Amino acid sequence: MSTNDTDTTDGTDAETDTGPETATGHPNVRQTAAELATGDRTDTLLATDGLRKEFGGFTAIDDVDFSVAEGELRCLIGPNGAGKSTLLKLVTGTHAPTAGKVYYDGHDLTDLPPHERVRRGISMKFQVPSVYGELTVRENARLPIQRFADGAERRRRVDEAIAAAGLSDYEAAPASTLSHGQQQQLEIGMAASMEPDLLLLDEPVAGLDVAEREAIAERITRLNEERGIAFVVIEHDTDFVATIADRVTVLHNGDVFREGPVADIESDPAVQDIYLGGDGA
Amino acid sequence: MATETGAGRTDSEPSGLLGRVRGRLEGPNTIGNSRAYWAGFAVAVAALLVYPYIVGAYQASRFSLFLVYAFLGLSLSVVWGYAGVLSFGQVVFFGVAGYTFGVVSVNFATPAGITGAFLVGIGGGALVAAVLGYFMFYGGVRDVYVTIITLVSTLVLHTFMAQTAGDQWTIGEAALGGFNGMPTIPNLAFGVGGAALVISDVMFYYLVLVLLVATYLGLRVLVNSDFGRVMVAVREDEDRTRMFGYDVRRAKLLVFTLGGALAGLSGVLYAAWGNYVSPGVFELAFASLPVVWVSIGGRDTLLGAVAATVGIEFFRNSLGGEWAFVTVGALLLVSILGLPGGVVPWLDRTYRNLRGGGTTPPTETTDSTDPEVTEA
Repeated sequence: MSTNDTDTTDGTDAETDTGPETATGHPNVRQTAAELATGDRTDTLLATDGLRKEFGGFTAIDDVDFSVAEGELRCLIGPNGAGKSTLLKLVTGTHAPTAGKVYYDGHDLTDLPPHERVRRGISMKFQVPSVYGELTVRENARLPIQRFADGAERRRRVDEAIAAAGLSDYEAAPASTLSHGQQQQLEIGMAASMEPDLLLLDEPVAGLDVAEREAIAERITRLNEERGIAFVVIEHDTDFVATIADRVTVLHNGDVFREGPVADIESDPAVQDIYLGGDGA
Repeated sequence: MATETGAGRTDSEPSGLLGRVRGRLEGPNTIGNSRAYWAGFAVAVAALLVYPYIVGAYQASRFSLFLVYAFLGLSLSVVWGYAGVLSFGQVVFFGVAGYTFGVVSVNFATPAGITGAFLVGIGGGALVAAVLGYFMFYGGVRDVYVTIITLVSTLVLHTFMAQTAGDQWTIGEAALGGFNGMPTIPNLAFGVGGAALVISDVMFYYLVLVLLVATYLGLRVLVNSDFGRVMVAVREDEDRTRMFGYDVRRAKLLVFTLGGALAGLSGVLYAAWGNYVSPGVFELAFASLPVVWVSIGGRDTLLGAVAATVGIEFFRNSLGGEWAFVTVGALLLVSILGLPGGVVPWLDRTYRNLRGGGTTPPTETTDSTDPEVTEA
């Protein structure tokens, strides 16, 4: 975890304690009763508490309680308009919530600006690829790393990031000349190079062919297993979800509709119903 | 991201002092990363150094005004071209600095007082930019709304300064003068007592030239530094830059304040050059000129900002009258339609194509040109 946390709202205020106390000693980090009963998820990393976001008269996120454990690989699915991207943007601070709280590592991040959240260990890759096209791959990779590493250490980290993205042969090439899949790899590499504890990926394999999807899945799994990075991945492709995920959360109409192991969610007729336009009843 | 790319450099770059200096001056965010460029740069500076001996003191003094405007062009290039903040308010900082210099120098009309006025004027421009920028950027104002606010600020100041006629608008010995402006601003001077140096005519030309070269080189270092890369990242995608842990508000505020200081320097030199400043500096037509200069020269080229400012103002001043504005407007349209990236980037690309460099931007292939890495 990041150690430069100066947030004094550490969740010890009893008035804001909305859930059962966790084994980590952070009472604001909620865990499900099942998790507590089984002894799993005693290491909750991210938790939202009654999170709500309204755009004018439209409620995009409606009283969402959502948690992710350290090192967990969670997929977030749901029909278009379910609120998946909005939820991630509330976690990163790109959007300010109308109500509710975001806790990370036991600390209330709700009022922190996005860059402070990133410095505490949250990173995100947006849905639309946004590498800096006219810069080289190397220059792109350097940008997140230069914030915290200098000299030889910077160079080493940049080298590693490029190699991990499988782009060593393209480091002098403008990023705009990369394929869509390579750009996705570069973006994930840039996000991972900051050594986050939680990486949020919004549709990382959209528009990719099978081989590229497999490469991204392998990359995510490796980062998760080798570095212990927790992931929340928005994805529609159920095969991809089944390949990488431990658990799946289904969002529908801005709220958590289902949550559980991939196999259970896949076979749930109510989940299939909402994807077909029903209400899941 | 950056559209400027030079000939590129590799690990074979010369080491030693020269290599380190070039390492700081060159990078992906500036045109002219080659020995040929620096040779041309040296020739251009040498030509400007001998210019007064060729054309005489009067023409040199006239030309120095165009060099003064170049600081204003550079201020917008940094703010708009590199950080993506389109400001119509650079003349606000220019005018505030000019008036501040006028008021202080008239009240303290000694070399020491004028030296102080020089610094206070620049500081005034920077301070106004910092205050305006703080409320805009920390208030969440973005994109076109920044442009609108800065434009309105210009118009408000024009209206305000135009009504400052009368004794009630006299600050000490300095009368603001309403539409008539302040006509008795002293020449620039530096030093104290007998060690003072009064700057006028050809000496003013050389002072401005030295300041301009130093500013240009300093800005090259800045835009190729880590912070410069963040500036460009902010321009390209603010949300993405935040996700790298950078405080975009702070970055924009710093750049905007720097732009205010540069515009302030221009304003102080302008007031000292003509011994005069008036609400005309806040007029819409004048406020539009930096946008024209930078658009034609190339938004994200420092060289383009300087070259276009000096060139266009030389042309406009030589032509004179309303036709000058009409011609400059037509030039802007032709440039935007035909060369949307600006003239200087187009010349750079053409030159490199003719030399066989192609259009591929071979920027740094390693971090070896980063001074920190070189030192390591």
